[in-house]
Amino acid sequence: MVGRFFKEFSLFSAVLILIILAGIFATLYIYASDSIHQFGWHFLTTDVWEVGEDDEGGVFGGLIPIVGTLLTTLIAMVIAVPIAMGIAVFLTEVAHPMLIKPVSIAIELLAAIPSIIYGMWGLFYFAPIIQHLFGGSGVGLLTAGIVLAIMIVPFMSAITKDAMNVVPGVLKESAYAMGATKFEVIKDVVMPYSKTAIIGSVILALGRALGETMAVAFLIGSIMKFPKHLTDPTTSIPVLLANNFSEAQDLELSSMFYLSLVLFGVSFIIISIAKFYFLGRKR
Amino acid sequence: MKRRLTINKIILALSTLSALIGMGFLFWILGTLMYKGLATMHWDIFTKDLVNGGIRNLLVGQFVMALIATVIAVPLGVMAGIYLREYNSDGKISFVIRNLSDIMMSAPSIVIGVFVYALYVDRVGHFGGWGGIIALAIMMLPIIVSTTDNMLSLVPKELREAGIALGGSKHKIILQIVLKAAKIGLTTGILLSFARIVGETAPLLFTSSNSQFFTLNLNEQFPSLTVSIYNLATYPDQASKDLAWAASFVLTVVVLIINLGGRYLTRNRKK
Amino acid sequence: MSNNKDIMRAEDFSFTYPGAPAPTLKSINLPIEKNKITALIGPSGCGKSTLLRAFNRIHDLYPGLKYDGKLLLQNQDGTMENILELKSESDLVHLRQRVGMIFQKPTPFPMSIYENVAYGLKLSGVKSKSELDGRVEEALKGAAIWSEVKDRLKDSAMGMSGGQQQRLCIARAVALKPDVLLFDEPTSALDPISTGAIEELVAELKSEVSIAIVTHNMQQASRLSDYTAFMYLGDLIEYNKTKKIFMNPDEKLTEDYITGRFG
Repeated sequence: MVGRFFKEFSLFSAVLILIILAGIFATLYIYASDSIHQFGWHFLTTDVWEVGEDDEGGVFGGLIPIVGTLLTTLIAMVIAVPIAMGIAVFLTEVAHPMLIKPVSIAIELLAAIPSIIYGMWGLFYFAPIIQHLFGGSGVGLLTAGIVLAIMIVPFMSAITKDAMNVVPGVLKESAYAMGATKFEVIKDVVMPYSKTAIIGSVILALGRALGETMAVAFLIGSIMKFPKHLTDPTTSIPVLLANNFSEAQDLELSSMFYLSLVLFGVSFIIISIAKFYFLGRKR
Repeated sequence: MKRRLTINKIILALSTLSALIGMGFLFWILGTLMYKGLATMHWDIFTKDLVNGGIRNLLVGQFVMALIATVIAVPLGVMAGIYLREYNSDGKISFVIRNLSDIMMSAPSIVIGVFVYALYVDRVGHFGGWGGIIALAIMMLPIIVSTTDNMLSLVPKELREAGIALGGSKHKIILQIVLKAAKIGLTTGILLSFARIVGETAPLLFTSSNSQFFTLNLNEQFPSLTVSIYNLATYPDQASKDLAWAASFVLTVVVLIINLGGRYLTRNRKK
Repeated sequence: MSNNKDIMRAEDFSFTYPGAPAPTLKSINLPIEKNKITALIGPSGCGKSTLLRAFNRIHDLYPGLKYDGKLLLQNQDGTMENILELKSESDLVHLRQRVGMIFQKPTPFPMSIYENVAYGLKLSGVKSKSELDGRVEEALKGAAIWSEVKDRLKDSAMGMSGGQQQRLCIARAVALKPDVLLFDEPTSALDPISTGAIEELVAELKSEVSIAIVTHNMQQASRLSDYTAFMYLGDLIEYNKTKKIFMNPDEKLTEDYITGRFG
């Protein structure tokens, strides 16, 4: 009797995950439906975001925040991938055993710092440096991209490190036994062997970068304009939501839901690809 | 040959450099926080509310929301993990839930906020502490599911078999033997996920929103430390910025201590 | 003392693992004769694999270990060089190209069959495509696997059977034309038929290269080798012609081991 209830309750809890996930998709779709009916797919290619006269209707298109999201993510990935790989290689192949633990903990702590802290630190301490070096107003694509990179590096390097640790020692030894240098062993044996997991970790980090809100909100400049230069301010989907969602009404609010649906859908697909094709689905 | 060795040296140096860059940023950020936090910190910020230039109500609000979210998410998450590992380990539905739960773990937190806005705020007509709690619980749930699933899979099969051989019923064995065996790992997982949600901002922005005043009424706008930091940091006056630094310092110290505490638990077990 | 018969020789060689209180190998004196097969036998933990792995200093991948005594390797001009004195990475890389190693389990690299064999050659500086092709073919023929793989050189080496993979690893090592090949229980992960093929191959190889082989399998040692060294708890107990060791060993301990009274 108790046993049966226990089992049913555990099943309910498990199914709750499905309900929530389906609920998110359904709710976002329902709330976005006004905007979807009004603008259709053109929403994704329209670069206007204007409330109509007397706060009625208006024209809304997500192109600017979509481009902003993609560009910050791209900058972040270009910077983060080599550094994350470097750290993973350092921790698996280069570091003295005494150093491995403290360095891993430090990198893990970097991942534990709340994103709002990255944002504040970036705004007051990092943005001025970027401004000094590259001009502009300090906040903009480049600053947001770099700080985003710092945020995803620990995550990417942790998964990559785990993948590299799985490479059998004897396989590495036999490459050394042929006279390979450490770099050659890493390039020709370790990397190819853990290739799929590494790609998976990169894609997963990409999914995270797309949805990151607070750090970017401080640093991207939050204006509805296409950036012409690397240092120009613009906006991204999460940032637009964070700053303008509360004040939006009617069609604008519905368009915000449309953007959320796009972001959620894209992240869902990207993360699924990483999980299913590269990281090996869990059994 | 010389070229190969040179390339080798360069690449290994670059790899070391990446680690140094990572460490450098950690210490830069922590150093900044220490410096700004300690400079702007006064003990009376812990006794005053935001309206009087303190963070007492914010700390309480943030923790109340995170704690209640934990109280909701942990039993549900652990039970779901139990279903996945103990009742239907190889079933199709478990396969689907396991992977969807993992995907949900990486979902953008702002979207969870948007979802809960529609689910709660839009329905009741105002922001409220419950909204923040629901959003944080949704964020936490998949982390707990995944932790439980992993930790239970580490419990040796023989332990369950021994329990059954003694005539225990399945749910008793799960509760009294399996969960006990996985206790430390689960605790660590719960602590780490608590540390993660207590520092979240995006899911709270338009669910709990924020309040300047002390309140424990979860049906009205609820004070949040992180949302306040976001607001304060962008105010033009120095006093607000200073308070934002002090609040950030407190938040980071709390998050890192919980994090290190969780890790310390598992580290000891391995010895 | 110069003895041109020996391609390698351990003289009072001791080895200590990092953090270990006592040496794992104690003052070993052992020759590896040119174009002969020397088998190292002994119960688990006797140090035979440790000794083998010292001959190309693969141990050095892990920090903190300690060598004492000498490990000599004969140069082209007949002089003996102490390989324990090699310090720079470039010297170690060069040493490992001269002293190849085959491991317990087949270790094909995650690349094609052709690339596996060409890998070491490319590392050692061979660039010309035609020379690579020639030497890959030669090595695969030398490892008696050419006829099986010549039509699928571009296929991944991971898809081969265990026995094929091990012969591929031998081909990979042979391609570098090393002076010495070290085999660390090369057949322990293989079925009897593959084992037979590998043994045949090892026997054929000795006309070109000197061989040291660690094995658990007493029959294998007696079938294959010219000389046998019996080790026990880090000491070299007895070294002699294989026939002598197996027919009439000098030491009681050796006799106990080969007759199966322990180990």
